[in-house]
Amino acid sequence: MGPLPKNIYEQQAANRRNTALVVCAFILFFAFLGFGFDAFLLGFPPRTTDHDFGVPFPVATLVALAYAGFTTARSLRSGDSAVLRSACAEPIPESDPAYRQLFNIADEMSIASGIVRPKLYLITDPDPNAFATGRDPAHASIAVTQGLVRKLSREELQGVIAHEMSHIRNNDVRLMTVVAALIGAVMLLVEFGLRTMQFGGGRKKSSSGGRSGGGAGLVLFVLWLFAMVVAPLVSQLLALAVSRQREYLADASGAELTRNPGALASALEKIDAADEPTRSIKKGTGNLCIADPLGRRANEREGFLADLLATHPPVGKRITALRAMAYQGA
Amino acid sequence: MIYFVAFIILIGIVLLWAVAQYNRLVTFRNQVQNGWKQIDVQLKRRHDLIPNLVNTVKGYMGFEQETLEKVIKARNAAASASGIQDSAEKENVLSGALTRLFALAENYPTLKSNENVRQLQEELSSTENKISFARQFYNDIATKFNISQQTFPGNLIAVLFRFQPAELFEIRETAEREVPNVDLSLRK
Repeated sequence: MGPLPKNIYEQQAANRRNTALVVCAFILFFAFLGFGFDAFLLGFPPRTTDHDFGVPFPVATLVALAYAGFTTARSLRSGDSAVLRSACAEPIPESDPAYRQLFNIADEMSIASGIVRPKLYLITDPDPNAFATGRDPAHASIAVTQGLVRKLSREELQGVIAHEMSHIRNNDVRLMTVVAALIGAVMLLVEFGLRTMQFGGGRKKSSSGGRSGGGAGLVLFVLWLFAMVVAPLVSQLLALAVSRQREYLADASGAELTRNPGALASALEKIDAADEPTRSIKKGTGNLCIADPLGRRANEREGFLADLLATHPPVGKRITALRAMAYQGA
Repeated sequence: MIYFVAFIILIGIVLLWAVAQYNRLVTFRNQVQNGWKQIDVQLKRRHDLIPNLVNTVKGYMGFEQETLEKVIKARNAAASASGIQDSAEKENVLSGALTRLFALAENYPTLKSNENVRQLQEELSSTENKISFARQFYNDIATKFNISQQTFPGNLIAVLFRFQPAELFEIRETAEREVPNVDLSLRK
């Protein structure tokens, strides 16, 4: 967050820019690992004088990319039903008078955002929480807990639904799936890289290290080796950074839909006050929840490390940003 | 020869861009028209709900006859309005009458606790929300349409094919003034 409070539009622009920066960094990091693997362990590009060593394509990079593409496609296809099943979410019948208001609110937000109303699901859990899933706006679902419907006022509920609709409209499900697949691809590279170096990688290493032109090649190799070692941690941190930016973005674009940032702020206060973990929402689906389902106090501590390790920004910071938007005149 | 090929490629790129820009504007224009229709859909819904509401609350609010009649009159006027300006004004009068009715309903605890009335009130306030969200969406999309017509280089295509800027929805001052007139004095 910048030094000056931002209005709804500035906040969204800033979050979109930050997401693009982090994703670019992630892709560059992945490319460095992949091409390093190809150059140092597989001898790409092959030297004309050394016919028995060297592959004609950056095999490792391509394999890792294909793996990432495959995982993305697979989890986009069946991801939403798996996520809903794991949270024991039941579809809400539209005729149920008890949830008439929820349907009305979802219809209102669908009109405000111009996308079709997602399917609505209910989770039997007293802790207030909600999440969105589905590969695109036409196949999207929003699940809310019973606690959320009971504890929030109409306006607060509208704020939460607007936040989830914004996740859908901003294509966050797809983005987070791609990021998760990239983590998978990085892990694949690290796993195979370390194994190759363990079993007889020495010969290849010396031959490729030598041919890359002495000092510079060696420095690059050491850098790459270091990157391989920290890769699992770094890729997780990058993914978490993307997730936090998307939460700020969904807050701001949700506020743009309702033109009522204050209601979402007070909803977040209520959700935060009920700091029990949302037991029915499993860890992996935490990305697109309104608040971290683990209910951990890490969200409260605004220390640097706590910030770095959370899927959601600290609730206090989100509320401050929303109140600033309300003050700026939504 | 090289220059000729480069020239052809350049022309091709410009043409492709022009087609994309033109299609973008046409898409926007259709979205704007659709956005306007959505407002009508919600207004129609409100007209359909009001007689139902008035019939339900009549028994409880017998001596608020005047307010109820005002709502019905405003509803009929709005339903038969013709033209954008006329309909906008009459809908705003209706909004004012409804706000007044809801404010008065606060004075009748038995009315508020009636499940039927509560549901109707939820439907109506949701419809009120939907109308304003439909207007908000219309204004948002119309603003995007206008911006892409007015900024360079999109304005070249807009001028060439005579795109017209979309009119934004505005609340008229006269109708707006009616709302704060609500009489909140407690009647026993």
